[in-house]
Amino acid sequence: MPPSRSSMQSDGATSLPPAVEVPSQVLNPPPAPITTVVAPNPVLSDLLARAQAGDHLAFAQIYSMNKRRIYSLCLRMVGNIAAAEDLTQEAFLQLHRKIATFRGDSAFSTWLHRLAINVVLMHLRKRALPVISLDEAMEPTDDERAGRSFGEPDLHLSGAIDRLALQRAIENLPDGYRLIFVLHDIEGFEHNQIADMLECSIGNSKSQLHKARLKLRDALRIYPRGEGRR
Amino acid sequence: MSEDANRLNCEAFQEQLPELIGTGEDVSSHPHLETCELCRALLTDLETIAEAARQLFPISDPPDEVWEHIESAIKSEK
Repeated sequence: MPPSRSSMQSDGATSLPPAVEVPSQVLNPPPAPITTVVAPNPVLSDLLARAQAGDHLAFAQIYSMNKRRIYSLCLRMVGNIAAAEDLTQEAFLQLHRKIATFRGDSAFSTWLHRLAINVVLMHLRKRALPVISLDEAMEPTDDERAGRSFGEPDLHLSGAIDRLALQRAIENLPDGYRLIFVLHDIEGFEHNQIADMLECSIGNSKSQLHKARLKLRDALRIYPRGEGRR
Repeated sequence: MSEDANRLNCEAFQEQLPELIGTGEDVSSHPHLETCELCRALLTDLETIAEAARQLFPISDPPDEVWEHIESAIKSEK
């Protein structure tokens, strides 16, 4: 047995308790859509072809080129270094198993991130904490339907935001909101890329991001600077 | 303008806000913001949060042992 860093199982989708409903298309993404054809990068194309043919050095280079972004995505989603390392390991193991199926129809980065997101969602699904699915996150709550932001007392944030309070507020976001917030506001992906990764509409991506920011604003107003959510 | 009318404008503006922000254009020049302090504060807060979040997490590489475990696992799967 390899020295696995965790007890995570790569194919745990069918054996896990239904603690969380994650859209099947997110957990088991179909081949990348052909509508997002991108200009090929000759160096990456060559590496991919070699890795798909079983060249271990080429795979190592692909890991080296992408490890930072995948690790940072995992870390920002789970907020725990050890878990982020486990998830990074699992994401690249999944990549190794599936790289031969990559057909170049979409950007490799998008495809890899979609794969990593699936790994992260599987991890979150196994947590005992209450979480919601992306589908659930797409549904507005009663508060959001009512447009809770307008008409309230002016309690806007006073300039600088306490880092710890913001970090806690992000950690307390529902998973679906946090995922899109991390991908857009922290990782810097565009809405069309996020829509491709999560197989949702661009409008949904924009809407979810806005709701995530509103929730963060509410959290930072309720829990004054320096205190954060308890 | 009555308070109700102003609220309707705020509601309409905030419904449009995700799309307005998503275009990447300068939302601060939107006509509604010229007269609405609440929505100006909302927009400022959202921009402040997004900017603060970008600076929140330093980017770093995973430790070398992550790759060592990946390599080991790949070899064991062959």
